[in-house]
Amino acid sequence: MTGAMGSMLSVKNLMVRYGDLVGVADVSLEVPKGSVVALLGSNGAGKTTTLNAIAGLVPPAGGSITLNGQPITGQPAFAIVRRGLALSPEGWRLFVQQSVEQNLRLGATVLSDRRREPALLDKVFTLFPRLAERRRQRAGTLSGGERQMLATGRALMSDPSLLMLDEPSLGLAPAVVESMYETLVRLRHAGLTLLLAEQSVELALEVSDYAYVLQTGRTVLEGEAAKLADDPHVQRIYLGLETGAGVDPAGS
Amino acid sequence: MILLQVVVSGLLMGAVYALFSSGLTLIWGMMNVVNFAHGDFVMLAMYAAFYAFTLWHLGPIFFVPGAAALLFVLGVVVYLGLVRHVARGPMLAQILGTFGLALVLRYSAFWAFSANFVSLPENLVGGTIDISGIRIEASKLLGGAVALVITLGMHLVLTRTMLGSRVLAVAEDRNAAMLMGIRPDRMQALAWGVGAATTGIAGALIALFFYISPTVGESLSLIAFVVVCLGGFGSVPGALVAGLAIGVIQALSAYLIGAVYQDVLVYSLFLAVLWVRPQGLLGKL
Repeated sequence: MTGAMGSMLSVKNLMVRYGDLVGVADVSLEVPKGSVVALLGSNGAGKTTTLNAIAGLVPPAGGSITLNGQPITGQPAFAIVRRGLALSPEGWRLFVQQSVEQNLRLGATVLSDRRREPALLDKVFTLFPRLAERRRQRAGTLSGGERQMLATGRALMSDPSLLMLDEPSLGLAPAVVESMYETLVRLRHAGLTLLLAEQSVELALEVSDYAYVLQTGRTVLEGEAAKLADDPHVQRIYLGLETGAGVDPAGS
Repeated sequence: MILLQVVVSGLLMGAVYALFSSGLTLIWGMMNVVNFAHGDFVMLAMYAAFYAFTLWHLGPIFFVPGAAALLFVLGVVVYLGLVRHVARGPMLAQILGTFGLALVLRYSAFWAFSANFVSLPENLVGGTIDISGIRIEASKLLGGAVALVITLGMHLVLTRTMLGSRVLAVAEDRNAAMLMGIRPDRMQALAWGVGAATTGIAGALIALFFYISPTVGESLSLIAFVVVCLGGFGSVPGALVAGLAIGVIQALSAYLIGAVYQDVLVYSLFLAVLWVRPQGLLGKL
């Protein structure tokens, strides 16, 4: 595991409470610059809460979060995105009453130099040509795959150094998921650092360098993606994958 | 010919209804908070116009923008000082919060301005204009024209500019807007300021042809709520259509069946429209 020194993002003993409920009990993770890190776990394991706390949408009740060595714990979301950390949130959270182009331009709110906006818009349209075709349409009229593209593109419009994606494969057709992941690989090669929360384990481990497994709000396992992918113990116990007839997916 | 005259008068009054309702609809659309002090904002603007004229002899060219500026500040202060805090509470707290503000403003007005009815001189804006037989009071023409320009302008700013886009983004999804780097409190304070400022312009224009008293806001705000419901909550074009419609229906029914029945007809039609389209004419479900 990479030490905290080389990390772009470092989360230590994060705890999040919703009233009396504990959303995240104890999560620690490191995201080195230029890497792809996956946050795995079943539904309700605390992946979304972890990402939302890092992005500043929910205030942590404990622990620390640092970005490029600067503490960002408890800062509001609008301040954190200015530091180069963008989140494509769970459920996309698009502005469905506004057009595709307006959604993308809203993503560029934090740019200090507005003249960079057209170039970024071109870049997003090159990554997702479908969005260019639909640029005048209301976001509410898009299909699921297009919504995922728009949410990702909108996050990219802030020109982040670290992009967090919450379940980029959720509810999408396999072909759409595949092209989405191809795009993520391209982004990675272009120098972007990625933190992915995924339920779809095989896919996530395929593209990532390192992975953390969450269970009931704790990091219970971590390791290089290639090693985790080959570990049957991991797959069955923590990820709820069907590895044989003996495992009941509904019971997980 | 008389019928046309009646329709034109109704349209002009309706444009003013649209203007003082658009502030209410903007604030609702932004925060899902109903501003029960809306009518009292109108009342304050009317007094601002009255005193600007009687104390300093300032005409509409000065007191209309003056009322807008004053009410903008009031709107921002009310948002930051009151609404932002009660919006975190239960629905009832939000309702009683602006309702309490309405009472404070109304009874402060009794104390500050006395209960007497006052009004601006009738011919402050030059008399009556005759357009091929149709007589139009200049004050109402000015009011209607300014109302149209501002209502349309507000709609264009909301739908065609990045600032409007950000304001709408906060209204649609506060957290997602924060992820864009937008500061929701600033946008909402701005919306309250702009909503109150348009209400201020409307109040100052209405003062040109309407009596002024501490309770004048009550009767006017009733119309504003009907306009906003009828047009669709949060829809500025809806407020324009509904305002014009109510103005014309009032004028026509007053002429055709008598002034006593005009409000019965307006509110019956209002109920009938909501029965068919509960989201209002241009509202979205």
